[in-house]
Amino acid sequence: MLKINDLKVNYGGIEAVKGISFEVPEKSIVTLIGANGAGKSTTLRAIAGLVRTSGGSVEFMGEDITGKDTTEIVSRGITLVPEGRRIFPDLTVLENLKIGAYLRKDSLESDLEWVYDLFPRLKERHWQAGGTLSGGEQQMLAVGRALMSRPKVLMMDEPSLGLAPIIVRGIFDIIREINRQGVTVLLIEQNANMALQTADMGYVLETGRITMTGTGAQLLADEKVKAAYLGT
Amino acid sequence: MLEKKSKKGSVIALVCILVILGGVILLENVSMFMENVPEVLRPTSQLFTVLKKGAVYSLVAVSMNLLNGFTGLFSLGQAGFMLLGAYTYAILTVPMASKDQVYYLFGGSAVKFSLPDLFAGVLGAEGVGGAVSMVLGVLIAMILAGLVAAFFAWLIGMPVLRLKSDYLAIATLGFAEILRAIFQWQRLGPITNGANMIKNFPTFSSFNIENSAGETVLRLSTFVPFLVAALCIAIIVLLINSSYGRAFKAIREDEIAAEAMGINLSKHKQLSFCISSFFAGVGGALFAMYSANAQAKGFNSTLTYEILLIVVIGGIGSISGSVIATFAYVACSEWWLRFLDTPTTFQSESSRTMFIAALAVAGIAITALLLLRARKKKGGTGMMAAACIPAVVFVGYDIYYAMSGAMEVPFLRTGFRMVVFSVIIMIVVLFFRNGLMGTREISDLFKPKAKKEAAK
Ligand SMILES: Nc1ncnc2c1ncn2[C@@H]1O[C@H](COP(=O)(O)OP(=O)(O)OP(=O)(O)O)[C@@H](O)[C@H]1O
Ligand SMILES: [Mg+2]
Repeated sequence: MLKINDLKVNYGGIEAVKGISFEVPEKSIVTLIGANGAGKSTTLRAIAGLVRTSGGSVEFMGEDITGKDTTEIVSRGITLVPEGRRIFPDLTVLENLKIGAYLRKDSLESDLEWVYDLFPRLKERHWQAGGTLSGGEQQMLAVGRALMSRPKVLMMDEPSLGLAPIIVRGIFDIIREINRQGVTVLLIEQNANMALQTADMGYVLETGRITMTGTGAQLLADEKVKAAYLGT
Repeated sequence: MLEKKSKKGSVIALVCILVILGGVILLENVSMFMENVPEVLRPTSQLFTVLKKGAVYSLVAVSMNLLNGFTGLFSLGQAGFMLLGAYTYAILTVPMASKDQVYYLFGGSAVKFSLPDLFAGVLGAEGVGGAVSMVLGVLIAMILAGLVAAFFAWLIGMPVLRLKSDYLAIATLGFAEILRAIFQWQRLGPITNGANMIKNFPTFSSFNIENSAGETVLRLSTFVPFLVAALCIAIIVLLINSSYGRAFKAIREDEIAAEAMGINLSKHKQLSFCISSFFAGVGGALFAMYSANAQAKGFNSTLTYEILLIVVIGGIGSISGSVIATFAYVACSEWWLRFLDTPTTFQSESSRTMFIAALAVAGIAITALLLLRARKKKGGTGMMAAACIPAVVFVGYDIYYAMSGAMEVPFLRTGFRMVVFSVIIMIVVLFFRNGLMGTREISDLFKPKAKKEAAK
């Protein structure tokens, strides 16, 4: 579905991503784990067209989408839930959701229903300003907003950041549920344990390079991963 | 469910607009069919100046709010775009018969046509044909005024909107200044009439309907600016409530998130800037009609700041706030606060004494209020000391004035009105940063309580 080939990203001469390749098969959950500054967010931003790549290619459903702008990429079916949620604080929950569907011209009703089914809390609070939601609710809104674009691939940048363990479990349940309904998921996590338990495939990113690959279970069992990312 | 609710809202809004428009017609024609109307309702009354200017300014303020309040782009070029609109309108509508007189310094105009006259050539210059020609000519000139302003906005926007938004303020401010100089350039005289004013074009009073004897039978000179402003503001409101408006607000709130949702930042900024400028251009045309002349000198940065002040007082991001603030501001500056600029003397010793007492009470009251506020805050001692300054100033001046024995009312002289305005701005900026309405609309005030809470 999504194929990354030798992707490189520079920030003013500093190479943040140094040529990584990986693949996200259709209907799978793939996770990238890595320490702070490893280049995880940069990778997602590059795929989403938010930063310019300096080398390599991104292929989506057999077509090269390297260097296309975000509008084009979102309308083709790849949407990013940005790091730190970044909901629109002064707009209502409903308005936030509608902006997620901005590029679509068809009726939103059924998708709104779908998102409200996944997150009943958002339905209850559709009149509330986004900025007044709790952290967990804001994360739900960020995911719901991205889903409103009807993505084929949903990319999530640290959805569990700053959330209590029970809320994190809820978020991961939702990720599995979304995936079951046919959405491919590319997930970035600090919370490697949860991410690897959920993912079909995992990649370990270290200072801009992929150093390890395996199924979620394989990586969970790996001694080096355990020592570096699971703290056990 | 939601669709139905918004439909009901727009019906209510439409009814309100129609009632206001009807009320305006009634108001300006009362003196026609009633003998003893009070002074305020006579056509020469300051009331109608305020209503006309208020309508013009409210359109410009709303156009500025679209950009500054809803898209979060700070532009200071409103006067420049108004200038473009005013001149486009004026140049295109000066009647052929007046051109030589208006442009006499330049031996006539280089623009060899006049839109109303073009239509009159087809429809006839007399009676209904003449009236329709005038309306059509004015309408098309107004639309062109908007388009010219929008075109220039597009030109500036191309390079500038890619930069951080602070640069837009600098660029538009510079643009407005340059424009003002260019339009006064003698070489362009055959088109712009140089530094002189263009006049004799159709104004608001041209819309008053006269009978064959030349008597006015129906006044429309206040109704027309209201109609145009209402129409334009309605279009802006529809735009803001559309998905484009939502995208504008998303950009205001968080550019990165908006971009991640697929909103093309530069395209939407450009769109908002051009639309805002379009309506500023139309507002400029209206302003020319209001002043009955177009002269580049008048479109200086003071005009932009006036509009900015209105937008801030009304609430950045509130259309109804802008409209309410406009009328309040215009009424104050043109009417209610005029007395501040006129030197006056006290009629009697007792009124002078009362004034002195009032000043002392005001000084002490303000100080007490500031003291109370300061007491609650941390590190309030310094603030409390500072709060004593107004007491010293007020009471000191009061004693000085009481001793001096002068009979002139203190402060009242040319320019004092601006001092009062400046103080109001400072108070708004310091204590009421959200303005009159914040980002709420007047319709929000009528929402059921629970929902209002939730909407916050
Ligand atoms: N806009 C930028 N300009 C310059 N350097 C940047 C920029 N964004 C990221 N970087 C640098 O690129 C490197 C990778 O950053 P990135 O945000 O991708 O890390 P990350 O893996 O997502 O880390 P974290 O888990 O802390 O979010 C870092 O060294 C960072 O300082
Ligand atoms: Mg990151």
